[in-house]
Amino acid sequence: MEPSDAELIAAVIRGDSASFEPLIQKYQPRVFATARRYARRESEVEDIVQEVFIKAFQKLGGFRGEAPFEHWLMRLAVRTCYDFLRAHQRNRETTFTELSQPETDWLDQFVVDPGAADEHAEAARQLIGRILTRLSPSARLVITLLEIEERPVKEIAQITGWSVPLVKVRAFRARAEMRKILAKITQAKYM
Amino acid sequence: MNPSDLQTKLIEAARKEPLPDHVPYAFEKRIMARLTGMSPLNGWTLWGRPLWRAALSCVAITFLCGIWSLASAPKADNSDSFAQAFERAVFASSDQHLEDIW
Repeated sequence: MEPSDAELIAAVIRGDSASFEPLIQKYQPRVFATARRYARRESEVEDIVQEVFIKAFQKLGGFRGEAPFEHWLMRLAVRTCYDFLRAHQRNRETTFTELSQPETDWLDQFVVDPGAADEHAEAARQLIGRILTRLSPSARLVITLLEIEERPVKEIAQITGWSVPLVKVRAFRARAEMRKILAKITQAKYM
Repeated sequence: MNPSDLQTKLIEAARKEPLPDHVPYAFEKRIMARLTGMSPLNGWTLWGRPLWRAALSCVAITFLCGIWSLASAPKADNSDSFAQAFERAVFASSDQHLEDIW
């Protein structure tokens, strides 16, 4: 029988560092998936995941076991991703000319018939990825958690450490910021 | 074109994007190698370090204050011995009383 998370954590705290390896093996796919929401390059994703597990190991003594280990770890992962976004903030602006041909085609199709533009299309995914990289770190975090992952505001407040009203304010600003970027990108051709 | 509609459409696209959760080969070994020599910090360790620093700072400040007060203290009057000064202080009130009577 495999040891439970609590048993492994207790062993690590007692000094058996090797017991941390099964925890990494168990949770690394989820941490990788989360990190890939915030970083595109694989080397950056690996750096984030590595930092998450190192922080988790160092802070394991502070884990009180009131919530499942997975929740605690994922909260740490999201906060590490936010720190990464803040450290790698890019100020470059996207113009319409920077869009790839499939993205431009998808936008053309959306202008002609919004219903016909397929949201499953790779071009749409590339475009939203491009927009997200242009958002401020807090806007990107709140759009990802609230709009894309569809988490409740209360949960986002717990994950980020922000208050519920602050999450709502930042969500409002993030949507406005996103609309502004979309308007800027499309202005050259359609407006 | 309405940016709000485009925003909704793009967010839908992002929701439907499958998130890859593949892990590079032996990634856990890489992390374990980084963790060699580290130990998880418990609550006492977390508090212990700043408290030790604070304690040392307090001792240093006390020591400096002691030196400063010794250096700046007024020099004692050496004309009277301690015994004479003590006697005068003790009998000060009775001397006053005797003067009043006479």
